[in-house]
Amino acid sequence: MSGLKSIDAPKSTTVEVRLPSKMGFEKVAMSTASAVAKLMGFPEDRVEDLKTAVAEACINAIEHGNRLNEKLSVDVVLSAGVDSLEVKVIDDGKGMTKQPAKPDIDRKMHGEEDPRGMGMFLIQALVDEAEWVAGAEGKSSYVRLVIRLDKEAE
Amino acid sequence: MQNETKARVEQLASPAGHPVSVLRFEGDIASTSKDAVLGSYQALPKETSKLVLLDFSKVDYINSSGIALVIQMLIEASNSGQKVYAFGLSAHFTKVFTMVGITKYAGLFATQAEALAAL
Repeated sequence: MSGLKSIDAPKSTTVEVRLPSKMGFEKVAMSTASAVAKLMGFPEDRVEDLKTAVAEACINAIEHGNRLNEKLSVDVVLSAGVDSLEVKVIDDGKGMTKQPAKPDIDRKMHGEEDPRGMGMFLIQALVDEAEWVAGAEGKSSYVRLVIRLDKEAE
Repeated sequence: MQNETKARVEQLASPAGHPVSVLRFEGDIASTSKDAVLGSYQALPKETSKLVLLDFSKVDYINSSGIALVIQMLIEASNSGQKVYAFGLSAHFTKVFTMVGITKYAGLFATQAEALAAL
């Protein structure tokens, strides 16, 4: 394949995936994000970073945003630009009101912190940009992730 | 949608002669893996299984809920005077385990041979 960059295409190519709010379906978004990133020419290690970030964003949307309500969907919109890939993961929750504290393994080991709660930390650590946007009227909240092709050169 | 987690226990000895309980995982490590991950660990006899080695070489997908199960295992192991080591993680998940601090409480090795040689 020639890769998305070499295609004589508009500035942004969009791929959309709609997931049921059921654990495990984050892997569908993960596979799609991986395929798009590979088409864009991202190196394997960045593809792996993106896969984990997208999976964690979808898990949060399924579990916390849509509260595992299978009647609600999680929409994943991937926009491939010239040198970056933006991923929006949209749910029907109220959105994040505050950022959780950075996980502390020592506190977890001593029972002072829940062993869980690492998803947002992983997302922030693995992509170049991550922002959580609360939707109007408590709906259609989303997390927006950006991963850049030229990160190695920076 | 999750690939069911399978766990198999094997008893080995390190080159130094120490008994090592190896937990071999297969499939996904996610929120649905509690029985496979914690259950297989908790079934080990605490008095004789002082060295526990986790084999992730057949695991393709680990999410934050799966990592939390590994941390729960490390907490129980710490409380029981056991030491936990792991091998077979991909480069990506080695990075992720390092980022969340697991390497402070569990030694990571590339292969089983390297792990056993260090025990």
